[in-house]
Amino acid sequence: MGIILLILIAIMIIGSIVAIETKNLLSSVISCGVVGFCLSIVFLMLGAPDIAITQVVVEILILVILIRATITTDNTAIEGARDTFPYVSSLIFFGLFLIFSWFALQELPRFGEPLMRVSREYLKTGAAKTGATNIVTSVLLDFRGYDTVGEATVLFTSIIGAFVILRRKGRKEKSEADSEKFGILEDDDIKDSFEGF
Amino acid sequence: MFLYFLTLVLMVMGLYCLIAKKNIVKKIIGIVIMEYSINLFLILIGYKKDGIAPILLKNVSVEELTSRGVDPLPQALVLTSIVIGLGTLALMVAICLRIYEKYKTFDMSKINKLKG
Repeated sequence: MGIILLILIAIMIIGSIVAIETKNLLSSVISCGVVGFCLSIVFLMLGAPDIAITQVVVEILILVILIRATITTDNTAIEGARDTFPYVSSLIFFGLFLIFSWFALQELPRFGEPLMRVSREYLKTGAAKTGATNIVTSVLLDFRGYDTVGEATVLFTSIIGAFVILRRKGRKEKSEADSEKFGILEDDDIKDSFEGF
Repeated sequence: MFLYFLTLVLMVMGLYCLIAKKNIVKKIIGIVIMEYSINLFLILIGYKKDGIAPILLKNVSVEELTSRGVDPLPQALVLTSIVIGLGTLALMVAICLRIYEKYKTFDMSKINKLKG
């Protein structure tokens, strides 16, 4: 169990190295997909089938969106003089971060022994209180329903934002051509239309 | 413990991609990788040894689920977080496509019309 998890996470790390360092954007996106699908298998092994299903669906959508961004565009590699400052500063920062996180992780509950102060109550009474056999669903839609409302709001806002940014035409200034196009009658037009009677 | 550390290594690699790369699509991929690693970290914290999924099947009693089930709370919140990640990714790609339309490149160092 632990060894298989270790191998899967190692595959994820290798996939992300390929995704970060490869020159071609399309192969970078595909490597990102490798990371996501391995993540889905890990979720399935950790006793979270709902999240595994969601991860597969979301991963496919992410790949479609990212391929849309890369396939119709010029995806030649970006060459040029590299600044050394971001590399050096980020490497120093990441080294410090990993060292400190190693000490911080010792304080967490060990792997396989979660605290579960709140969630034991959910597991014990969730099915009786909400009538849902899947406890994740009962937490999501009943005990923490406001979180789900907030999620729907964030999702709605981001999709509206993407729609507004991608829209071709904004509102036009009112001008001669527009009034003719949209059927707004000028004085001459009204005269013309009355001459017919 | 080592598994937690590996997920943090994954997160740091996403952060490196976000900071040091010049291509905007690479930056977006870095954000996606960071998202994956944080979700994985939260699920790993909620795992119980020899745990079963928090679903009340026919052959599982409530007592057995209480003693052996994995933590359902991070699972519910990570489910929320995955879907929000998709929404924000759509927004980022939309902005990225607009930038490409205007400047005909994804290179950050050439996108400098607003440089002070």
